[in-house]
Amino acid sequence: MLPEILKDNAVAAALEQADPGMLTGGNNDLNELTLEVVPEKILDALRALKAQKFERLSTVTCVDRYPMEPRYEVVYHLQSVSRNLFVRLKCRVSGEKAEIASATAVYAAANWYEREAWDLFGVVFTGHPNLTRIMMPDFWEGHPLRRDYPVHGFKYSYQNE
Amino acid sequence: MSETLTPTAETEKSGHTRRMTLNMGPQHPSTHGVLRVVLELEGETVLKCTPDIGFLHTGIEKQFESLNWQQGITLTDRVDYLANLSNNLAYSLAVEKLLQVEIPPKAQWLRVLLCELTRINSHLVWLGTHCLDMGAMTVFFLCFREREDILRLFEMFAGQRLMTSYIRVGGLALDPPRGWEKRVRSFMETLPSRVDEYETLLNTNPIWVKRTKGVGLLPVEEMLEMGMTGPCIRAAGLPMDARKMMPYSSYEKFDFNVPTSTDNDVYARYAIRIAEIRESIKIINQAMAGMPEGPVQTSAPKVVLPEREKMKTQMESLIYHFKIVTEGISVPAGEVFQVVESPRGELGYYIVSDGTSKPLRVHMRTPSFGNLQALPNLIEDRMIADSIAIMGSLDFVLGDCDR
Repeated sequence: MLPEILKDNAVAAALEQADPGMLTGGNNDLNELTLEVVPEKILDALRALKAQKFERLSTVTCVDRYPMEPRYEVVYHLQSVSRNLFVRLKCRVSGEKAEIASATAVYAAANWYEREAWDLFGVVFTGHPNLTRIMMPDFWEGHPLRRDYPVHGFKYSYQNE
Repeated sequence: MSETLTPTAETEKSGHTRRMTLNMGPQHPSTHGVLRVVLELEGETVLKCTPDIGFLHTGIEKQFESLNWQQGITLTDRVDYLANLSNNLAYSLAVEKLLQVEIPPKAQWLRVLLCELTRINSHLVWLGTHCLDMGAMTVFFLCFREREDILRLFEMFAGQRLMTSYIRVGGLALDPPRGWEKRVRSFMETLPSRVDEYETLLNTNPIWVKRTKGVGLLPVEEMLEMGMTGPCIRAAGLPMDARKMMPYSSYEKFDFNVPTSTDNDVYARYAIRIAEIRESIKIINQAMAGMPEGPVQTSAPKVVLPEREKMKTQMESLIYHFKIVTEGISVPAGEVFQVVESPRGELGYYIVSDGTSKPLRVHMRTPSFGNLQALPNLIEDRMIADSIAIMGSLDFVLGDCDR
């Protein structure tokens, strides 16, 4: 369902028209368009936006709202250079089954961003061609950017040596 | 980082050619930092290229979550150590957007001036090191001579040459020092002739031209698809520049061009950066000529520390001072994605606040990460000697890439 404030927004209306069940909410706070998408339909939303001249994917990242549930928000920023627009897509993913379809099928640029999000948050991007660690070493355990992963003293302590 | 990419001197007999896997970096001089690239070669042709990053990952995004909003500024310097002020600005603008504070014109003008000096600084380092990779050592010394002047200016403003932290949430850290106009103006007077000097050394140099012209081509659609930004995409003919498209910090009041080219090769990327240095000189001169008077910090008592004198004499100022120093400022809940044009391309800060005095999440969309991702597309099926020229032309900073 599209909220009242976004009824006049061309981008949101076009997505709503493509598939009425795709959007669950959104806002235009601080003049930045945010659309909340059902996680299962993220690829449809990305394809629909790409057809609307959103040529490039700027970034894919994640926000951990621990201990809230669903705890992860997978956030996509898309830019249309020809229309000079930015749009932010957001999918809420639960902690027990942190999984979402990989955007690499639509935008090749998603490759490294999704590897980074998996590495640091542990959200699995299904269908990703090479979902391996990118920032941390291969032998690393855990996903450091999760809110329940401490800044100090997780496994190694440098304090008392 | 990946262990599956262990280099082996494995030789495979396929027909008559010999395949070889070559490990380049992480200590290779032309990787400009600690980038490791695994190249699969057949003769001198690169068949497959796998960049391996993460050696400089320092967990800056994690550290942000344990510092308060103003302390975070010091981390932004360390992201991209050649464009510190651009990073300061992007972070400050994002937080200011959440706080909804107005920045006085003088601070905005000085921000523009300093960011353009940063752009010149970064392009000079790029030019010097890129030429060094290609065997032209003289240019390196000349570029670093001018860079030294810029670093002295930064030291004059901020007391620090590299980690300036001069642009803060709410304005600037300090009033500009006495006599800064004279120093900047005299530097601006000499710089154009210095840029001419680099061009005389390079534009007709047969080795430079042979190694850069027609090298590193990639269709502009593929560049967009792979997430490339900055001078590389402008050299492919797309005038994509955040300063023009989404003006921030009064850039709309300055008269400048966005240089583009359609040649799309390494030489075009060099030409674009030289043209950008000249445009930056134009912007700095305009900023000097029209510098407004007034304060350099916004008058929001909950965001900016009060003046020392007021803090000592007025109760209210003392309370605000105490609150800011002990608790830090609290930023209204919300999220913001602020894009600025760093010397390398699109630099975006995605900041999420939950209304407390520490960020919930700070994500940096850094240009080097996006540009480096396209490296295999640029290098594969080309000669290995060209890979050095192509890598250099991307102008990545590994600190910016790994964060």
